[in-house]
Amino acid sequence: MHTQSDFLLNLAWLIPLFPFLAFVAIPLGVYHNRKLSHSLAIGGIAIACALSLFFVFPRAVWLWARDGRLAYESPLIHWLSAGHERFGLGIYIDPATAIMLFMVPLVCLMIFIYSVGYMNFGTPQVDPRYSRFFAYISLFATGMLGMVVFNNLLTFFIFWEIMGTCSYLLIGFWYEKNYPDPKKITPRQAGLKAFIVTKIGDLFFMLGLALLYAEVGSLAYRDIFDPKTLEHLAHTPFLGTNMATVIALLLFGGTVGKSAQFPLHVWLPDAMEGPTPVSALIHAATMVSAGVFLVVRTFPLLQVADSSVLALGGIPFVALIGAFTAIFASVMAIAQDDVKGVLAFSTISQLGYMVAALGIGAYVAGAFHLITHAFFKALLFLSSGSVIHGMEHGHHHVHHGGHEGHKGEGHAGHEGHQEKWFNPNDMMNMGGLGKRMPRTFLAFLIGGLALAGFPIITAGFWSKDEILAQAWSGNQVVFWILAVAAGLTAFYTARQLCLTFAGEPRTEAAKHAPESVSSMTTPLLILAAFAICIGWVGIPDNVFNLDLPHALGVKYINWFHHFVGSTLEAAHGGEHSLRVTGHLAEAVHGFDWAPMLIGTGFGLTGLLLGYLVYGLKPLRAGEMDRLEAAMRKLYLGWLYKAMENRFYFDWLYRNTFVWASLRLAEVCDWFDYGQTPGKHGVVDGIVVACGWLGRLLSTVFNWFDLYIVDGLVNLVGRLGRLLSVGLDIFDLQVVDGIVNGIGAALKFIGREMLRPIQSGRVQFYLLVAAITALVLVAALFITLYLPEHLLQPLLLGLLALVILLAFYFILQSRKTETDKTE
Amino acid sequence: MYFPILSVTLFAPLVGALLILTIPREDVKTIRRLGTAFAFISLILASIVWIGVVRAGAGTMQYEENYPWIPAFNIHYYLGVDGLSAPMVWLTALLTTLSLFYSARTIQERVKEYYFLFLVLEWSMLGVFLSLDLVLFYIFWEIELVPMFLLIGVWGGKNRLYAAIKFFLYTMVGSVAMLLAIIGVYFQTDPHTFNILEAAAAQPFRGTVWANVAFWAFFIAFAIKVPAFPFHTWLPDAHTEAPTAGSVILAGILLKLGAYGIIRIVLPMFPEPFKYFVLDSPIIPVMAIASIVYGALVCMAQWDLKRLIAYSSVAHMGYVTLGLCTAAAAYGLGRLEGVDFNAAASAVNGAAFQMFAHGIITGGLFFLVGIIYERAHTRDLKAFGGLASQIPYYYGIMMVTGFASLGLPGLAGFWSEFFVFRGTVHFIPLAAFIGVLGVVFTAAYILWKVVQHVFLGELDKERWGKLTDMEWWEKVTMWPLVFIMVFLGFYPAPLLDSFNAAITTILQNLP
Repeated sequence: MHTQSDFLLNLAWLIPLFPFLAFVAIPLGVYHNRKLSHSLAIGGIAIACALSLFFVFPRAVWLWARDGRLAYESPLIHWLSAGHERFGLGIYIDPATAIMLFMVPLVCLMIFIYSVGYMNFGTPQVDPRYSRFFAYISLFATGMLGMVVFNNLLTFFIFWEIMGTCSYLLIGFWYEKNYPDPKKITPRQAGLKAFIVTKIGDLFFMLGLALLYAEVGSLAYRDIFDPKTLEHLAHTPFLGTNMATVIALLLFGGTVGKSAQFPLHVWLPDAMEGPTPVSALIHAATMVSAGVFLVVRTFPLLQVADSSVLALGGIPFVALIGAFTAIFASVMAIAQDDVKGVLAFSTISQLGYMVAALGIGAYVAGAFHLITHAFFKALLFLSSGSVIHGMEHGHHHVHHGGHEGHKGEGHAGHEGHQEKWFNPNDMMNMGGLGKRMPRTFLAFLIGGLALAGFPIITAGFWSKDEILAQAWSGNQVVFWILAVAAGLTAFYTARQLCLTFAGEPRTEAAKHAPESVSSMTTPLLILAAFAICIGWVGIPDNVFNLDLPHALGVKYINWFHHFVGSTLEAAHGGEHSLRVTGHLAEAVHGFDWAPMLIGTGFGLTGLLLGYLVYGLKPLRAGEMDRLEAAMRKLYLGWLYKAMENRFYFDWLYRNTFVWASLRLAEVCDWFDYGQTPGKHGVVDGIVVACGWLGRLLSTVFNWFDLYIVDGLVNLVGRLGRLLSVGLDIFDLQVVDGIVNGIGAALKFIGREMLRPIQSGRVQFYLLVAAITALVLVAALFITLYLPEHLLQPLLLGLLALVILLAFYFILQSRKTETDKTE
Repeated sequence: MYFPILSVTLFAPLVGALLILTIPREDVKTIRRLGTAFAFISLILASIVWIGVVRAGAGTMQYEENYPWIPAFNIHYYLGVDGLSAPMVWLTALLTTLSLFYSARTIQERVKEYYFLFLVLEWSMLGVFLSLDLVLFYIFWEIELVPMFLLIGVWGGKNRLYAAIKFFLYTMVGSVAMLLAIIGVYFQTDPHTFNILEAAAAQPFRGTVWANVAFWAFFIAFAIKVPAFPFHTWLPDAHTEAPTAGSVILAGILLKLGAYGIIRIVLPMFPEPFKYFVLDSPIIPVMAIASIVYGALVCMAQWDLKRLIAYSSVAHMGYVTLGLCTAAAAYGLGRLEGVDFNAAASAVNGAAFQMFAHGIITGGLFFLVGIIYERAHTRDLKAFGGLASQIPYYYGIMMVTGFASLGLPGLAGFWSEFFVFRGTVHFIPLAAFIGVLGVVFTAAYILWKVVQHVFLGELDKERWGKLTDMEWWEKVTMWPLVFIMVFLGFYPAPLLDSFNAAITTILQNLP
């Protein structure tokens, strides 16, 4: 731990600030100026990007190279208190943070720039909520960057949820959109679904946090990853296992929700209803991988957790979920026709890869794949966005004969109420786009090859290989699952590439699809460069059994591994000595040919098969998907249908959890009060019954009162009357005389002395009374608090004032009286 | 002896109310200005008080004023504030000011009576938060019913009389038991006292069955006010029928009186019975959990926007009860040292934070319901749709407030839930594991029921095409609330430190 405050690293405070300022400024001031709005948003993220790429990240690397490890915590500012404990907020930079600070702002910046073109800036079809879009994505960038830089899990959670909110808002960005097919989910429903499903994961996350916070008394990384704390947690029994395990699994619940792992994966495919830059930014590169980053961040906890809890067949729970998701989602991806749908399932599957890696202890490999995947998946999504954009314009061109005659209608391509609804996302409508959109095709190709793990040149190869290598020595079952998934991944990638770009156009729209503007294609090419080069930082230093560092004379050839690998040592304060059983450990291994060959073999086979099925003889218009046709012949049509329909999980959840909640809500409402006027449910019914009981009692008492009590009273009264006759004479003569006398005296005073101040208005009397009261209270205070020698003159003065005021009022009322009489 | 700022703060609204009586009823403008001005004066005074309290440490009673009132029964006029009551006093003044400011444009009938009653209402609410004498507390507690009864009964909706009477009687029933318990406490202390702090230190009825009786007498009175399941059915009626500002005060302050009573009186005075009914026979945690989960479910079934938000108060106030249960559980388990103490304090902090945050958030929601009802003349969720494009400003404000209500981190509502769960999961884990479900249902009813039905989807141009966005006075009403939600969401320290200091003292003083 560096105790010294470091100026350059402290700049990290400002990284989330600038996008936040853009978010605040856009709705408050510049909403109507589109250009200024996107300039602010891009400017905000550009400054953040510059700060992190030029100052924070290099400084972090430099410090790490100097000291061999890095865990910097800035000076803290007071933030929370509970009992005697104080919780400070600060910046925390370690290698895991640093690589995120490299990747996130860069990808964000690319996508921000791309959005300008995608949202049709400067054309008649510009989105009517253009500025709002940039405000939302700026807030999102704040969330992602804020999540990374701060020093504790609580801010992590806060920004995590802010991202979730942005995700909700952006998925439902075209909230008025309806589809002719009522079964197709609308953007607003998709947003809601995403929010609720991830919220379920977040519940676990929040409980885990609460548990950890209560047990440790802090959520700062410095405190919770302290070896003593970890040991304490691992030895505190809780719910049949130990506290560390429960907390780690609860936190993992957050990952399952956010990273769309089985069984909470259902929200991500529908999240594609949002604009494509959003899919790239939030639902591929950053937010969904935040779930994986959570596991990276809290890895020390997972390490001390008992990995046999909830394990199946020797596979730890986390790896199990990850591996299953990886293969399960890649199977579904094969049968998707939506160009973004394929990518969505691919994202789920790749996230499963990372989770599986972390689950078997391959900490660095998981983090590495997170970074490479962010680049090539963002690239793929943006390319698909470019394709969709081209298709929309092509369709528009066909149906409106160019852009004229449609001005002011706004985002025409996005609305579903046109002649016959045309789905620009459907790959069956595409084909032959390679020639029409060459730059997009190139970008898509590079992204696709990286995703498929094409050997040596792509980034995806190196990171995937590292995971497979770790799995090979860590857990053979996981290895084989992941290897098969790699094959499937390559297959659907080839299918997608062929369906989209190869052969002849299958529709008029595809025939007229233009290449996108350069503000869209430039970010594509930059990301494409990263999708290749970023893998080089993680080339194993003993590949081909050569001692590469020695051979090339470069100190850190497998730089990524050394850099990120030092995170854990740093967190443990350098002395990694945990006396706990059953914890995960990264397999220490030499370079092994087998996993690399097997993995590459699966990948290349998948690519080749895909090409043979879809590429050799491209699909013609109206032709059925080849795989579907083949499976039908083998009486497996139902399986293809199931894959296409996502194995009916949406249907299942809708008819169990959603249905049950709604019915339960109705039952509760009925039980409570209900909404039929004049009727009451059980709970309120009891109250109403009590009311009736009260009334009944009062009726009974009333009767008792009238006939019994009153009867007695009347009896007494009669007796009294008899007595009173005798006293009558005394009363009339003596008592009345005195009363009348006083009355006459008062009348005299009133008539002669007080009349002048009677204006006849009640308000006036009250005003006088109020003023008098105020004066009295003031006098009281004055007598109580003033020194003696000031008292007398002040009192005299006040008295004079009151008298003057009284005179004034008297004169005033006289005047009004005379006015009235005149 | 220094300036009696508490008395001045307390009586400023009453002076304003009396002054209003002196203005002719036709002079509506002056009445409105004067009323709002006096509420604002008390807001300034309350700010001064709060700052002073925080500066002085907030852990002990400040600005105490203690004069014998009825010496024969040792009844005192005893006022004082600490870090717990000062923010509530401030919240009362703030919401009253905003309510009166907002009402200036919406209340056209019987303006004079309205402003008079509102200021009397403020006076009595301030009195509850400031009193440290049980009799004084009780008197203010009862006085506050009258203006609210009239506000609902006179300016309310269609079914106002029923709602007003239900509200009045229901709360009255609770208070009667409380009065008896107060007298019991008096005779059980030696020397006989109504002083809340002294009585808490004396632990009346300790070790006897009567402790349970007295505990329930207090607790039911407060639980009705909170309201905790199953004593909540007066609330949907009262809230739905009350005029907008009335609902704001009802949700924003009146419910908090009950919660405040539990923290200030029940927890310190009767920790033994409290822990018994939390741990040994867990009636109160069940009430809290039911309020949270069941309340949220009932919300999901509502179709009247105002009624939905009314029910959301039941659900949200459940967190307050749950947080206090946790403190009692910590006490009962004898775990009030070190990390455990901090967790328990955190739970009570969460409860207190919820009192404040819910006041701000739900107050804001009721304003927003009023704003849309003024224009649309309906609150039926099925009637709306697609309004986001028609009234974007309103949509923006509603989104922030709605997200705050569902406990989104980064907005004020999150802290209360999180702090409460932090404590609860430590001492009564089962309650936390069930209660957390309420969070999902809350998200569902806010986003699905409110946001989706009102704002999203296609706009019915014919019906809503002429709907106007928020006017400047409505914006002015909402902005302070939105600002507080966001500010506290990111930086809760100013409020939290104040609560924490007072609550640490309360917990440390438990026997």
